[in-house]
Formats: sequence, structure tokens, C-alpha cells
Amino acid sequence: MNRPVMSEGPADRLFVQPKVGQSIKESLDKAERRNKFKSVLLVLPLLAFIAVFFLMPIGDMLMRSVQNGTLADYMPNSAVELKHWERQTLPEEKTFAVLGNDILALLKSQNLDRVGTDLNRVQSGMKLLLNKTARGLEKQSQAGITEFKPLMISIDKRWGETATWSQLKVMAPSISAVHYLAALDRQYDDNGDIVQQPESRQIYVDNLLKTLAVSVAITFICFLLGYPLAYFLASLPDRFSNLLMILVLLPFWTSLLVRTSAWIVILQSNGVFNDVLRSLGIINQPLDLMYNLYGTIIAMTHILLPFMVLPLYSVMRGVDQTYIRAAHSMGASSMRTFFKIYFPLSLPGVSAGGILVFILAVGYYITPALVGGRTGQMISNFIAYHMQTSLNWGLASAIASLLLVVVLLMYWVYDRFVGITNMKLG
Amino acid sequence: MQTESFVSFRNVQKSYDGENLVVKNFNLDIQRGEFITMLGPSGSGKTTCLMMLAGFETVTHGEISIDRQPVNDISPQKRGIGMVFQNYALFPHMTIAENLAFPLKVRGLSSSDIQGKVKKSLDMVAMGPLGNRMPAQLSGGQKQRVALARALIFEPRLVLMDEPLGALDKQLREQMQYEIKRLSKQLGITVVYVTHDQTEALTMSDRIAVFNDGVVQQLANPSDLYEKPETAFVASFIGENNRLTGEVIERDGDYCQVQVGNLRVKAVAAKSASTARGTKTTLSIRPERVYLDPTDGQCDNRLPAKIQELIYHGDHLRLRLSVADQDDFIVKVVNGVNQSTPTPGAMVTVGWRADDCRALNTVI
Repeated sequence: MNRPVMSEGPADRLFVQPKVGQSIKESLDKAERRNKFKSVLLVLPLLAFIAVFFLMPIGDMLMRSVQNGTLADYMPNSAVELKHWERQTLPEEKTFAVLGNDILALLKSQNLDRVGTDLNRVQSGMKLLLNKTARGLEKQSQAGITEFKPLMISIDKRWGETATWSQLKVMAPSISAVHYLAALDRQYDDNGDIVQQPESRQIYVDNLLKTLAVSVAITFICFLLGYPLAYFLASLPDRFSNLLMILVLLPFWTSLLVRTSAWIVILQSNGVFNDVLRSLGIINQPLDLMYNLYGTIIAMTHILLPFMVLPLYSVMRGVDQTYIRAAHSMGASSMRTFFKIYFPLSLPGVSAGGILVFILAVGYYITPALVGGRTGQMISNFIAYHMQTSLNWGLASAIASLLLVVVLLMYWVYDRFVGITNMKLG
Repeated sequence: MQTESFVSFRNVQKSYDGENLVVKNFNLDIQRGEFITMLGPSGSGKTTCLMMLAGFETVTHGEISIDRQPVNDISPQKRGIGMVFQNYALFPHMTIAENLAFPLKVRGLSSSDIQGKVKKSLDMVAMGPLGNRMPAQLSGGQKQRVALARALIFEPRLVLMDEPLGALDKQLREQMQYEIKRLSKQLGITVVYVTHDQTEALTMSDRIAVFNDGVVQQLANPSDLYEKPETAFVASFIGENNRLTGEVIERDGDYCQVQVGNLRVKAVAAKSASTARGTKTTLSIRPERVYLDPTDGQCDNRLPAKIQELIYHGDHLRLRLSVADQDDFIVKVVNGVNQSTPTPGAMVTVGWRADDCRALNTVI
């Protein structure tokens, strides 16, 4: 294409029309590039921080939730062998030999315990079986082992069952869904099909549902308590509302641990609340309000309430009083004005507060851990348990990933029906 | 004032803090079907009076009655007053049609009635096809029309408008002024209109109450207000005016002689002004009523003047003159054919009729 000649002078330039769209865009980009670069530079430290301490851990968690490298890493030959095995019949002598040699190698490198623990998580009893087999094989190995198959079956007859091999095969691939299945109370059966865990071992799905239900309940209670409070604060003159707002924010200045412990003091069987009720003769037996679900709900509602009040308050402050006056001037009663005008206008605050409280509640750990007792444990407590106590990081990652998915799902639903741009945090 | 007033304010006072009166002793009678404007600078108490009438502000002292019924203790919901707000106050979460239907739903009309009325109302303000839009999708002028339609749709006996055209640009404002006036006359409704725009007040109103500092300075129809201002505030607030300070020498019926510097000026004595001999007075003359180099007998007053500045305004020229030791005397000269252009620095004679010059109290 011929570029228009633009050298005649300023007067001619005014009339040069073609290719304007492209060149304007180009020159705009050029002009703005410097500013964009500057603004990126400003947020660079934060971006780096988020990348290293937020995105990378999440990525690591997602990786761990699907990784199951024990067999592939420590018994690579057996892992390959098991991949080719077709489940229908007992494996050939070759497979037995590979596995037997791997077990002996593990014993020598002192990794047997670790592998056994990992395998035990998927199929209990596996660790014992491996140890027993290792000891038996070691005893025989001095004399030299000619055939592994009869020997191993004689050490433990479970080696003669396809089920045992089938469970091992499940563990063979380094990337698998075993953690997710466990997190969803599922497992592979002996034929390699996905089935429910026995009823006694089904905990995570129920707990996830319970966590969601508790979070919804806490969000709703926070709404019921927070809405009138925010309304009251928003209707006050500035100097009073600022003062009272400090009271709302006061809990933020106190340690979470202290606040939670205070609830223990108040709500436990011999606590302030029960003592007062008993001395008033309202109850004879102390109410069980601590170390159960009630304790979790009460304490968490208290801790999360400010997160509901703050966005509500800021949205309500912004509701123009002339709307209310306009409704009154048209003859609407106070009730109708509230439900038809004020409440809909305050909805962005309700949804912002709601989603904030809900997301915080779903992942809350410390309060349920302290006051939840046995029945008040939330899904985060299970994650923490597997992180710190059972050291089953794969399962912990899988549960955490599921939680992340649930939260993202909530976020999507919210955006779909309310619109994320309608959210007002202040 | 006629006895059959529709709305009446009787000795109304309003104080927000218990110390200062925002409205001091306000009296007003409004006839049925009248278009009354409350005009004044911001903070003069005009909006407060409107809000008291609407019921959104309590009356500290005095009585407001509508249709001979005192309304001091009646809630705004039950007063049956339509209201147009400065920012339109269209409910942002409802469509235009829902906004219009709101006052009808409140009144429990059947949905078919509501639909009919909403449609009629939308047509009335030429917004027929836009019923399904949200307020945020409308332009300022369109919002204004909807706000007007919403205030009128339930056929209120009285409509209050609080600076409804304040946010519109000039052209649209003029168009809406005309439309509001047309609608109010067509429907025969009583309108109380608040504005700080004097042009708006002059073009729309039957009568105008000029507020300043919590007091009504003058209540009159537009032409009287412009031509016969009673106080120096009204004279300066409504339209342009030249002020000359002087001293009353003698009273002569409706007229009085005033000494300005070493010159004498004959002026109409305003009713409210005290014109005892020796009183300081402010003379008010409109710039367009001043003749430049008048012929003999054309004017009662002739004063020498020096042209200080000439400002070109297209259709007219504006001359700044020094007259009687004051150099802010403005004269408007029509930019006509064969007009000789005055030159700055030249000496001229200015003159005006005694009827165009009013002697007012020197307050400010």
C-alpha cells in the first residue's frame, strides 16, 4: 500500500485521511507505553510477592494433589511391570521377581518404611505386608532365590491374590486421582473400578457438606445481625457513626486467639453464660455450647461479623436519601419503601458482605480447632490434620483443591447472577 | 390576598440547631392552579420551605395548610404531593415503566389500570418506546421527563419541584422550562417550584417569591419583580442593575428627588423604602433603560458620563461608564444598523426616565 506523503506542510496534514485507524492506534500505544511501563513497575514488587508466595504454593498444592510418585520413584521397575499387568490372572514369575528385588533394594537403602507408609494410606495393611515380605526374602536371599513366586506366596498368602496386586497397580502411575478419590470418599476396588469407601471411612464428603452448611448458616446469621447494625450506623450523623464504627472494628485489634479463648470462658459448661442462666433458674443442666458445632458457629459469627458490617455500612452510606423521600412523596409506607427501594439498593453490600463472610468461613481453621470439639470440626481442620499429623500431603492437597474449586464455583455463580462489578467493599 | 388559598404558610419558622432561624416568619398563600416559584441564592431557606411543605422537614413554628387542612402533623406519605427532585431520584433498580408504576402500585390500582396510565404518562412526556430502559441508560433530559411524569402520574393536587433543571445544559433547560409550564397549565395543577436561576423563574412562574436570608424579600409576578423591585436585593438578584447611592432631598408623591454627588435625580420611591428627607438611598436603573446621548425631553434625568470600556456581545454592545464618581455603570446599546461605535475615553450624556429608576433602601 502507498503511504500518503505527509511532508507538504501542516495545512495538508489536516486532509490526510487514509490509514488513520491504524496509525492512531499505533501512536496511542507508543505514547501510552511509557505510562503503562511505569504503572507496571509500581506493582511489580506485589506481583512478585504474589507469584512466589501465593501462586506458586497453589500450583504446588495442585501438583501434589495428583502426584503419587512413591512406587514410580522408589520401585521404578515394579511400577513399569505393574502397568503391563492386566489384572485378570495372577502375575507371572517375572513380575514377582522384579517386585521382590525392588523390595530387597528398598530394605538395603532403608526406604522400605517410607514406601510402606505411603502405600498404607491407599490400602491399609500394605506396610505390614511389605515388611513381612522383606524380612522373609532377606532370610532366603543368603541362600539365593531361584523362584520368587512360590516363595512370596509362602511368606504371605496375600501375594497369591489378584486383589493385592490390583491395589499395587493403582499406586503404579506417578500421576493419578487416588487422592481425589480419597477426598471424595471413593477408592479403586480390586478390579480397578471406582467405588465408595466403606461407610465407616466416609468422612470427607459429609464434612465438606457440613462445612458449606455451617458457612451458609454463619453468613446468614452475620447478615441478620449485621444488617440492622449497619443500617443504624449509616443513619447516624458522622461523628457518632465514626465512633461506633471503631467499636465494630475493635475486634480486629485483638488477637484472634484471645477472642476465641474468651468465648471458651463464656460458653463452657462452667462458664459465665451457663452460670448466669443457672443462677437465674432458667436451666438446671448446663447447656453444651462449647466444643461442638454450636461453639464453632457462635465464635465464628462473632469473628466474621465485621466483614459483613463494613461493606454493608459503606453501601448504605451511599444510598441517596432522596430515593427514600421520593418513595414517601409517592405515598409508599415505610415498610414498602424499605423492601422495594432501600433493601434492593443495599443489595450490593449484602452480596459483598455475604461472599466475604462465606469464603472466609469455608476455609476457617483456628476457631473450629479451638472450640469445635469433635462435632464442630470443619474441612480445614482435616486439611491441617493431614498436613501436620498424618503427613498425607497428597490427600491434604486434594481436599484443599476441592475447597478451592468450591470457592471458585461460588464466585462464578455470584458473578453469573449478581455480577462481580456490583460488589462494593467500601 | 384572596381568601380561598389552596396552600398557605402562616408565620412559618424553621431552625435546625435551635439557635439560628433558617426561615424567619414565612407567609405565603398559593391559589389553586398557580405556578409559584421560590427564588433565592443557596442557603436562603427556599428549599427548606419546600421540604416543610412536602413534610420532610418539621415546622419549628407556625402552620402550613393544604386545602384549609393543617398538615404539620401529617406524614409525607399521606400528603398526596408529587415531587420532582434535583437529581431526579429515579429508582436505579427499576425500569422506567416500573418507576412510573410505583406510585400507582402503592395506591393499589389494578395492573391493567397501571399499564394504561403508565403508557399514557410515557406518551405525555414523549418517552413512549423507552419504558423498558433502566434509568442509567437515559440522558439527563430523558431522566428529567420521567421524573416529571412520575410526579404527575398519580394526579397529585400539588406538585413540588426542587431545582429540577439544575443539572441540564442550557438548551435542554429552556426546552424543559417550556414543557413543564405547558404540562402544568394543561393539567391545571398547582406547582411550587424552587430555583436559584432567575431566568427560569421569570419565564415559568405566575408569581415569584424572592428569598434572602430566611426572609421573603418580595412576592410578585415576574414583570413587577423585574420592573418594580422593592428592595436592593431583589433589584440586584433579578437581572442586571446599576446602582447609584445618594440621599433623599424631597418626596414628591410617588416620586422623590435624590442627590447623587452634586447632581439631582428623580426616581420612583419604592413602597417599602423609607424616603424621609436626608435618608441614604440606593437608586436602581436597568442597563437597557439607559439612553446614550438622549434627545431633549426624552428623559427626566441626564447625567454626564465618561466611557471607560466597550464590551462586544454580538447582538448588543455593553459600555462601562463612570457616572457620578462610580465607574461600574453599565449601559446596553443595541448593535443596530448605522450605529456609530462609541470610543472609550469619550464624554457622553446618559439619561433615563424617572419611572425606570427606583429609590430603594440601602441595606446591603
